[in-house]
Parts: sequence; structure tokens; C-alpha cells
Amino acid sequence: MNPRILAATTGRILRQLRHDRRTVALLVAVPSVLLALVYYMYADQPAPPGQPSAFDRIALVMLGLFPFIVMFLVTSIAMLRERTTGTLERLLTTPLAKTDLLFGYGIAFGLAGAVQATIASAVAYWLFDLDTAGSSGLVIMVAVLNAVLAVALGLFCSAFARTEFQAVQFMPVVVAPQLLLCGLFVPRGEMAGWLQAVSDVLPLSYAVEALQEVGAHAEPTGTMWRDAAVVAGATVLALVLAAVTLRRRSG
Amino acid sequence: MDDAIAVRDLVVDRGGRRVLHGISATVPRGRVTGLLGPSGSGKTTLMRAVVGVQVVGSGTVTVLGRPAGSAELRRRVGYLTQAPSVYADLTVRENARYFAALHGRGHADADRAVADVGLAPAASQLVGALSGGQRSRASLACALVGDPELIILDEPTVGQDPVLRADLWTRFHELAAAGRTLLVSSHVMDEAARCDRLLLIREGRLIADDTPDAVRAAAGVADLDEAFLRLIRAGEADAGPVTGPNGTAGRVGAAGGEAS
Repeated sequence: MNPRILAATTGRILRQLRHDRRTVALLVAVPSVLLALVYYMYADQPAPPGQPSAFDRIALVMLGLFPFIVMFLVTSIAMLRERTTGTLERLLTTPLAKTDLLFGYGIAFGLAGAVQATIASAVAYWLFDLDTAGSSGLVIMVAVLNAVLAVALGLFCSAFARTEFQAVQFMPVVVAPQLLLCGLFVPRGEMAGWLQAVSDVLPLSYAVEALQEVGAHAEPTGTMWRDAAVVAGATVLALVLAAVTLRRRSG
Repeated sequence: MDDAIAVRDLVVDRGGRRVLHGISATVPRGRVTGLLGPSGSGKTTLMRAVVGVQVVGSGTVTVLGRPAGSAELRRRVGYLTQAPSVYADLTVRENARYFAALHGRGHADADRAVADVGLAPAASQLVGALSGGQRSRASLACALVGDPELIILDEPTVGQDPVLRADLWTRFHELAAAGRTLLVSSHVMDEAARCDRLLLIREGRLIADDTPDAVRAAAGVADLDEAFLRLIRAGEADAGPVTGPNGTAGRVGAAGGEAS
């Protein structure tokens, strides 16, 4: 890895994003619109005594999910475009190391995820009175970890997609099971044993648990830090797999 | 060793089909070598093998004294892919500056590379908004921006107007005069005459490897297009694809010297 090349690559990806104003607007606006939707859906539902309200419970997890879903899709498509337009092949004939490219995407879209998570959190806390015991900074931290995890998974999965149609299909394959089993719909402890086992190896489960810890405790807990470490570890693993599947030579 | 590229018995299969049938050829340093042949003859595959992105079945490709694809070569070789491989959602200048940065070059080098391909007036336009010819020149600027020793150009002049095409060929010869080596592919025979040396391939086999004058002399005609046609016919008449000792099908003009 070369710091100069990594910085140039990160800058190039952010510049591409900046030229695409509509995507930037969607990245920023869509989470807020969806938060509003959830807010009004549950506006008349009384909170069970001693429990967080449904909006607090769902909005908190949503803040972590937006960057995860969006960055996975954006990365898959961006990487597929690098392959189909030949820029990837050309990059691989230059002094750029594979890690320069992978980390460049991780940093660039991680930053984009951070911006998205910050704005969505601001809207959730100030406009819709989201109430969490822990600090909003920790919520954003977990959201950013999710964004980087999604970039890493997107980079890895893009190796298996030849067309845009295939790349889009990886979204339900990779994201949907994690979404269903992360504990948002059914608490993980109440699932059948085998579902719990599956849930235990999916990184999003840990991200959601970390967010719930922030929601319930004023101070960061050991469980939260362990969960954050698991998400970071899964990110590194996905990046290693992405590096292995990114071949300089092709047939 | 004086050859910039030495290919020996190169066999490449793509998609279950043999694309290169044991090609052996050399590309001398400091010259413009033309890689001529019809579409589908294996030109791009040969170039991909030289820059080290092609999975090779057997044979060797030596580039600037090292095996093709060596990490160290990546800073010494520039590659222009056939389809313009630049970022459509960046401006010409941003593209050039990015590829310049990959080669450790600054903004001034990037701006010069853009000007050298005649795109200075369009430098702040998005590549996606350019015409096909401009887009491929933007791609060319990115291949030349690192001032590589060896420049591999896959059909760089397609879609360019005649004046620009002439300018680009002048530029290629200036680069060669400055000591760079160029391998330029084309399927247009009138470009063959502009090369110092020619490699003609057809259906994955090398048909000729010589200077344009020697090719003309061997075929006995002044027109290169006609000369190639005769060489192909002669090759087919000699019991199918004739294979010489080093895989060169009917190496022509063995006595032909360097064109001046």
C-alpha cells in the first residue's frame, strides 16, 4: 500500500460521487424521509411501561441499517462499473496495489456513510425526539462501522457479479437474511436454536446489538465494544477475501 | 538484450477457444511497432499478455527484461485498452490527474498529457459528455501521463479525424525518437505504413514480422493491404497454416533490413 496512491484513489472516488449530485441528495434525504414515515406510523402507539417506545427501538436500529444497505449497493455497482468499463483492468497495470483500491473504496464510502449517518441521526434526535440512554456519537460510530462493513462485503461480492442484474441480486442475498435475523423483528434469544446459530455468524446481528446497548445504557458497555470489534473483524475478513478474489490476470 | 518485448511460443485460450497458437515475436526498443490484423485475430489478447493481465496457457512473455506482469514493470509500462477506460463521471483533467498520481506525477504532467492529445479545450468537461473520439484521446492521455518506457496502445486512432490521426502518429514517432518503445495495434492497413516495424497476425498466428518495406518487397507489391493479402494466400496455399521453426508462419523478407 502506498499513502499517495491511496489518497489519490480515495479522492477520485469521492470526486465521482460529488459529480453525481442526485445520488448525494438521495443519500442525505432518503433516511430522513423514512424516519419520518416510521415516526408517524407509531405516533399513536402507546409505549409499554418501562420499555422504550416503538419509534425509539426501530429508529435506533434504522440509523445503523441505512449506511449498511446503501453502501453495499453503491459499492457493488461502483466496482462492477470498474470491471465493465475496463478501468479496473487498466488500474491493475499501474503501480496501484490491490489494497490501495480496496481501502480507497472503504475510506471514501465510509466517509459518505458517516455523513449520511450524522445527518440521519441529527434528524432523528432533534426533529423526532429519539431517546437513547447512550450518546449519539456512539450511534454514529456503529453506523460508520456498518458502512465500512457494507463496503467490504460489496467489494467481495462484486467479484461474483458479471452484470448489473446479478450485482443487484446480491442485495437480497447478503442483506436480507442479516436484516431478518439481526433481532429487530424477533429478539435473537427467542429464535429457534438453528436460527440463532445462523444469526450468531452474521455481522449485522452484532451491529444491532451494539446499537441496542447504546440505547439502553448511559455509558458504553463491554458488550458494545465487543460487538463493535466483531463488526470490525468481519470487515477485515471481507476485505481480505475481496483482495484474494481480485485477480490481476483474467482469462 | 535490445528487445523491449520478447514473446516465445505464446499459447492463450479464452472461453474454451484457442486465441493465440504459439506466437513468437519481438518488439525492438525505441521504435513504433505496428500490430496489424483483422478484428478477432488476437491483437488485444497478445497486448493483454504483454501488460500481464491475461492468463497465459503456455509460453513466455518477457518485457523490458522481466517476466510480463512483474510488479516492477507496472511503473514502466503504459497501457491503452481498446475501449476507452476512463471514468465517465470525472472530467478529463480529473482523470488525467488521477492516473498521473498513480505514477507519482503531478498536476503539471497531467495537464501536459491532456494538451498533448489535443484535449486542452475540453479539459474541464466530464468524459461522459465527450464524443467517442475525444473519449479515446482522454484515455490515451491517461496511458501516456506516466511517461512510461514501453507504451502499449490498443487501437488508439479509431474514430479520430484524419488530421488528428496524423498528429497522433507524429506524437508516437516523437516518443520513439525520445527512446520510448511503442506497440500500436490497428486493423487499418494504411496505418501499417506509418510503423517502423510490423507484426501481422491472423487467426492467432503470426504471418509477418518485418519492416513495411520488407513486407512489400517479399510480396512484390507496393500496396501493404495487397501485400498482406498475398502473404495470407501464400500461407494458405502452403498446406494450411505454415509454422516456422519458432512458430512464425512464413516469416517474410528475412533479408530485409531496417526501414529508414
